[in-house]
Amino acid sequence: MRELTYAEAIREALRNALIKNPKVFLIGEDIGAYGGAFKITNGFLEEFGPERVRDTPISEAAIVGAAIGAALMGLKPIAEIMYMDFIPICLEQLANQAAKIRFMSGGKLKVPIIVRTQYSLGRAHGAQHSQFLPAWFFQVPGLKVVLPSTPYDAKGLLNQALKEENPVLYIECSLLYRVKGPVPEEEYSIPFGKADIKKEGEDVTVVAISRMVHEALAAAKTLEENGLSVEVIDPRTIQPLDIETIVNSVKKTGRVVIAEDDHKTGGIGAEIAASIIENAFDYLDAPITRVASPDIPIPFSPQLELEYMPNKNKLIQAINSIFKG
Amino acid sequence: MIKEIIVSPKDYLKLGLSKVKLVWMLKKMMEIRFFEEKVEELYLMKGLITGPAHLYFGEEAVAVGVCSALENGDLIISNHRGHGHALAKGIPMKEVMAELFGKASGTCKGLGGSMHVAISPERGSLFASAIVGSGIPIAVGVALAFKYEKSDRIVVTFFGDGAVNTGAFHEGVNLAAIWKLPVILVCENNMYAIGMKAEKAVALKNLAERALGYGISGLIVNGNDPVAVWLATKEAIEKARKGEGPTFLECKTYRLKGHGIYDQAKYRPKEEVEAWLKKDPIINFKKNLIELNVLSESDIQALENEIKRELEEAVDFAQKSPILPFEELKNYVYA
Repeated sequence: MRELTYAEAIREALRNALIKNPKVFLIGEDIGAYGGAFKITNGFLEEFGPERVRDTPISEAAIVGAAIGAALMGLKPIAEIMYMDFIPICLEQLANQAAKIRFMSGGKLKVPIIVRTQYSLGRAHGAQHSQFLPAWFFQVPGLKVVLPSTPYDAKGLLNQALKEENPVLYIECSLLYRVKGPVPEEEYSIPFGKADIKKEGEDVTVVAISRMVHEALAAAKTLEENGLSVEVIDPRTIQPLDIETIVNSVKKTGRVVIAEDDHKTGGIGAEIAASIIENAFDYLDAPITRVASPDIPIPFSPQLELEYMPNKNKLIQAINSIFKG
Repeated sequence: MIKEIIVSPKDYLKLGLSKVKLVWMLKKMMEIRFFEEKVEELYLMKGLITGPAHLYFGEEAVAVGVCSALENGDLIISNHRGHGHALAKGIPMKEVMAELFGKASGTCKGLGGSMHVAISPERGSLFASAIVGSGIPIAVGVALAFKYEKSDRIVVTFFGDGAVNTGAFHEGVNLAAIWKLPVILVCENNMYAIGMKAEKAVALKNLAERALGYGISGLIVNGNDPVAVWLATKEAIEKARKGEGPTFLECKTYRLKGHGIYDQAKYRPKEEVEAWLKKDPIINFKKNLIELNVLSESDIQALENEIKRELEEAVDFAQKSPILPFEELKNYVYA
């Protein structure tokens, strides 16, 4: 199969959507003339024109608000929020408006927007340009939250988001943009709420989110050389969360480590761990362990950031620790 | 450019408004007033409904004047003080009342309440946000969709004097201005954001002057005269339909009641309230229409009887309607 990078896979899904569906348009900062802060939309302005690739001033709240309004009128807007750290600026529109409009209108309205954003942990962008904040949205029913880890998933999940009638927050990882993987040329979509077993194993389950899927696969490879069989599960979406696949894996292995880039306290892993305890308590042979970012703002210093980030080695340590004693 | 639209009641019939339309305006204003009086009674005396309710008492001419200038296909976006918008746009009193009762027969099946009651897209009232200012960017998106689809529809967004100090207002109005979108920004300046007086919150004589900073037109109008509001709205709409962009329309009016139903509004000077009571939009409009021989005292009495009968039916309907079964709530979270 042909290989694409994660960035190319996203770009292909966006471009196909613009070609196929006249109701799709893109809106965001520097997506047109500049080509996108990460060049995902490079050349789109020339190909599709300024109405469909709409450059905006720096106005995150109005970008999402305008996307909501256009979606209420039957269009399919894809808004881009350049860094996930800018999500707090439009959080009102996302959490109070987009997520609740269908509910509080008694089902009369729907808000089929996609908000694309990315996090840049690991690129020396400091405390305000690196954050990974998906766990906030566990407290916002009405949104769907998508976290692709591979080029294949990136295209398939974005295609699913395009079919959705609900607001979707699609969170990319900028460290993954250059990662290559097989991506079919044809159109396909991956249903939300369906975890992917990225690697089967028998001895321990690693639930890994976004970038950490790759660290988990690398850790699994090393551990396998030492005779430990690791199962790696990628939930792919956390809202909805496929707890069933995770629980089935835990029932098989009896051990689980959660690997995530967000802060440990109140993070994605906290919710997953609670759900495992609720559903598979009797199957656990060891405490659930989390490998996450510390509860400290992200430091700029590249050396400090490297120490700060969760990685393959920290994951190996965590896995080994639950097999001792 | 900022302009004030002034209309003399003597000229009401020279502006292209039919007598039927003038009577319709009065009837709608009376409907809103009686409705709000009933809501107050049901809250404070009978305890039949609860939760926040922000009455439109005193501001009736704004919603009625604006909505009477709209064509089929045009839309409004309402806000937390939305009973008047809902009724002016033709949502039946019984649906509005049922929503205040939290019943399944309400505009939002009882899931929205007073602050979202004006959600009835089929009647041209698209949405109502309860977060001050936040409806503005959404209206901008609606206008963007109209432009995208090369339609000549326009959208009105209603907001109060408090909203002009929010970030959402600034970001939204700026987008509408740079893209020349067909949105009418109707500022219902009732002089108070809860207890904060507009003159203490904005360092401008007229809120419409905000328009200058965005490079758009600003209109100032007596928000207690529905005909003046209608005329100003028409001017803004014509401009919007021609692709000349948004207008900031400041309707100067007064909240004759408190912010919400339990607010006795003791922070307002007595003389100020008394002065505005003399400018009561309904009392004055009745007087003007009688002087113009548009209708008589007894015609007004007949209207009053009709509205009150309908209102009683609305209360009865709301009381007798069932609530949504709790098990169904989850079906409204995701499409």
